[in-house]
Amino acid sequence: MSLMATRLDPWRWLGAPILQCMVATLLFSLPVRFFGWGLPEPIFCMAPAFAWAMIRPSIAAPFGVLIMGLFLDIFWGGPMGLWALSLLTAYGVVLAARNMMVGQSRSMMWMWFAAACAMAQTVGFLVTQLDVRSTPNLLAMFWQFLATILLYPFAHRLIDRFDDADVRFR
Amino acid sequence: MSFRDNPLGEIRVPLVWTAAVALIVAVIVAVTLLLGDRRETLRTEAYGVTREVSDAVSAPVSGVVSAPVHWMGALSQGISQYFFAVSENRRLRAELEEVADLRQEVTRLQDINARYVDLLGLRTDPPIPMVSARVVSDSRGPFANTRLANAGRERQVQVGNPVMTEYGLVGRVVGVTRGASRILMLTDIASRTPVMVDRTNARAILAGDGGPNPKLEYLRGHDPVKAGDRIVTSGDGGLMPRGLPVGVAVKGIDGAWRVVLASEAGAIDFVRILLFEDFSQLVDQDELNTPGEPPVSGDLPSVGVSAPPPPPAAATTPPADVRAPATRPPARTPTPKAPAAKAPPRPAPAQSDPVQSPAPDPAPPAIEEPVF
Repeated sequence: MSLMATRLDPWRWLGAPILQCMVATLLFSLPVRFFGWGLPEPIFCMAPAFAWAMIRPSIAAPFGVLIMGLFLDIFWGGPMGLWALSLLTAYGVVLAARNMMVGQSRSMMWMWFAAACAMAQTVGFLVTQLDVRSTPNLLAMFWQFLATILLYPFAHRLIDRFDDADVRFR
Repeated sequence: MSFRDNPLGEIRVPLVWTAAVALIVAVIVAVTLLLGDRRETLRTEAYGVTREVSDAVSAPVSGVVSAPVHWMGALSQGISQYFFAVSENRRLRAELEEVADLRQEVTRLQDINARYVDLLGLRTDPPIPMVSARVVSDSRGPFANTRLANAGRERQVQVGNPVMTEYGLVGRVVGVTRGASRILMLTDIASRTPVMVDRTNARAILAGDGGPNPKLEYLRGHDPVKAGDRIVTSGDGGLMPRGLPVGVAVKGIDGAWRVVLASEAGAIDFVRILLFEDFSQLVDQDELNTPGEPPVSGDLPSVGVSAPPPPPAAATTPPADVRAPATRPPARTPTPKAPAAKAPPRPAPAQSDPVQSPAPDPAPPAIEEPVF
């Protein structure tokens, strides 16, 4: 835990992570191959979506998640609203279970983060199945899930930084 | 009355509830957008202004960001070529010896093919113009497999144009804006491409699922495919030209027939967009569907009615318009594409290129073959 909590400025805890996720997504979308392998495609936006729900309930955060999801849909060329809905579902579930999860150990929180990622991907899987009437490749989903859960340290850093900013929700 | 005296002043909506309301509103927005999305129709109007603007902005940004990566790639390639020059030379010499025999065979087959084309009066496909583009952005997830190329409307790229690398088919264009075009990969879950097995001519639909090897669906016939068969586009439906290399058939671990894509042999960094318009796009559909007077010949029976009026001049030559669309400018393309604005076309077929040699055939063909 950090000794000094950072003030909960909307730009710092909402705006900056959104921009960082956009830049990271842009960098990882470069058509590069290393030793015949392309870059992984993790869902960077899962980290702030999870962290915002853990820090405190907020009116602006869901719209931040919505913006990030729409960015992913547009930038990746997927159906409009797919990732927005997936991320919002994960955000909502984490927000509802926040009282149960808060204060747990880092490894346990990592497990919860993995569960949230699995939930977001399950929503994406079901929506895609309904939309295209075809089953997405489970192996491709697993690789993306694996790449995404490795991002928990970024979510933890965000939680650690703003966790004590609003004492009402500690 | 002061604020403290206001009877509603003590009523506070808890932040948790307002956050929940905000979440519900955001979910409703997302669901509405999802229901209104028509990406899977792959139509121009379904692409939307938002995506066009986004592609127009992100293409140059991604291009700038990816430039150092491309430089590094070229540098590492140059270094490896320098160090492996001797082994590369040996490999190329061996390959050249193999190709020398093939070259003679190809020349012989070309000669025979040209004679058959002459004898049968076949009308071969016109050369397809194409533009080269660099891929600046790439999405590889399970729910979307698309790429952004830095050639767009200003270079006559249209929705539906097939996209290839030097190895094989990559996908097709699903969105175009100025300076950028969005390519739907064959591996995308919304991608459906009519293909055929080169050995047996068995038709199938190549269906992407977000993984690296798309599935062969709706295979017909008895034992239509076996492992190692070459898969090419069938040209059915006019979506793509016939015979573009797609890949090789393999049996997946799930028991389904899948295709190892030929384009996966190398990095998909530079692509060729084929400015392909199929036959149904070239002909004037309105003119084709207009009911006209049938051609009347002298030996038609006229039983019980008065003699037919003399046929108008236009009614005597409609089949020529339908059968030979390339011998005159297509009606639906008022501004023919300037050849100088495009990359040099593929080498023209040896015989009868109807676009470049508009002179009529010396003799009417005995057998009429459809244009593939």
